[in-house]
Amino acid sequence: MWRDAALVAGKDLRIEARSRVGLSQVAPFGIVALALFAFALGPDRAVMARGAPGLFWVAVLFSTVLAVQRSVSVESADGARDGLRLSGIDPAGLFLGKSAAVAAQLVVLEALLAAGVIVLYGAHIEVPWLIVVSCVLGTVGLAATGTLYGALSSGLRVRETLLPFLLLPIVAPVLLAGTRIWQAAMAGGTPSDGTQWLRLLVVFDAVYVAVGVLLFGPILETA
Amino acid sequence: MTDLAPATGTRAPSAGTSDHPSDQPVSNTRVTPPPEQSARARTTERVIGVLALVGTAFTVWLGLWVTPPDKQQGDLVRLVYIHPGVAWVALYLAFGLAAVSSVLYLWPRTRSLFWDRLAAASVEVGVVFNVCTLVSGAIWGKPTWGVWWAWDARLTLTAVLLVLFLGYLALRRVPAEPEVRARRSAFVALFAVLDVPLVHFSVNWWNTLHQGATVLNPGLTLKIHGSMAWTLLLGFVAMTLAFVWMLLVRYRIGLLEDWLDANELDAALAERQSEGTRTPDAGGAPAAATAGVPGGTPVESAGVA
Repeated sequence: MWRDAALVAGKDLRIEARSRVGLSQVAPFGIVALALFAFALGPDRAVMARGAPGLFWVAVLFSTVLAVQRSVSVESADGARDGLRLSGIDPAGLFLGKSAAVAAQLVVLEALLAAGVIVLYGAHIEVPWLIVVSCVLGTVGLAATGTLYGALSSGLRVRETLLPFLLLPIVAPVLLAGTRIWQAAMAGGTPSDGTQWLRLLVVFDAVYVAVGVLLFGPILETA
Repeated sequence: MTDLAPATGTRAPSAGTSDHPSDQPVSNTRVTPPPEQSARARTTERVIGVLALVGTAFTVWLGLWVTPPDKQQGDLVRLVYIHPGVAWVALYLAFGLAAVSSVLYLWPRTRSLFWDRLAAASVEVGVVFNVCTLVSGAIWGKPTWGVWWAWDARLTLTAVLLVLFLGYLALRRVPAEPEVRARRSAFVALFAVLDVPLVHFSVNWWNTLHQGATVLNPGLTLKIHGSMAWTLLLGFVAMTLAFVWMLLVRYRIGLLEDWLDANELDAALAERQSEGTRTPDAGGAPAAATAGVPGGTPVESAGVA
């Protein structure tokens, strides 16, 4: 399973490294979103700094949709899905590999967006490790749910419109938890302010990674 | 697999052509008759429908005329006879039933399209009740809290549930073979249900303003008394009956929809062919009416208007 996961993740990341869709389209989209939020909230940096945690996560969520769409569409051409199923790769490994590739891209994007939030909105971070942990946990959850829904909607002609509608409400807890942890990290409060939210993220990740590992095979047969 | 795979109907021999006046077979297209409702099922459905109607009427009568106004809330308290009952159906009964049915569909031993249709009907009716919950809550919230909507934990959870299950219904509308659609929908329902406790905890920590549950609080002790308590209870019963009735009707419609999906083309073809043989245009040439129908057999009686 793990070897298969590494193979699939390596394949997806190689595709991304060569096509540079993530770098040239998804990442700039995130920056555009940050700029749009700034326009929407006015030039007052105090307001923007206060909204920075939520805006960061909303930008991450929208970028997740794009990254997942991309991750699905590389499998949709030339019967790649059937090829993957024929190759004898463990479905659980396939799920973990696809998720890991999405997660890796999201982590890079989050680093970029975090820098953008700090520079553009003047967000001041007191407890950096809390930010890092929340990003890692949130990313795992987003990548797992995104891969699940991506696989479910992969055969559909209406995928582009249906996927965000299905995915975004599901990841609402990630947005809430991530935002609260960021607020705690920016306020310089004790890390204990964020721990119950961190626990929530851990549970979220555990639930959807477990579901993916157990059910990805049947899901692939469905779509 | 594509989502546009044609739904092929089973062509069972049937009495579909029995109403043709001519003796010879008019067409080779046979149509499976639509599923019939048994007499017992029809009676049950009607009895539940009447009970729901009577229960609701009594709730309205007791709630608006018999029960006294509240000391603090005045006449506004009368919403308590409707709102919790509707919310109970929307948040617990409908979505609980949808969750159980979806899991039973996914479980290989109990896999049957019955559970899929039940889940679909339950979600659809539940969404209606969910909207009613939000609307009646907003009507109640405006005079008591001063706002139509507050980002309170329970309101937020209700809204998130609504969005989750609207997504489920949107997915169901994507054309697909019944089995494919059933599995896909069941997975989405399962993921959504797994999300509910997570959303519940997160919005609870996020914000709380709504009063605690009146009836379903721990210990199940009623905080209101006398005629008010009985009317409240009747409201729950009436709304539950209304839900069951709507569920039964929706299930039956779902059954007919599936039949239509599978037999639409055959039925239309058969109709078209019998049209060509039986009812030509009043002033038009009879030959033209039959010649245009592929497979239609011209018969002698075609010219009879």
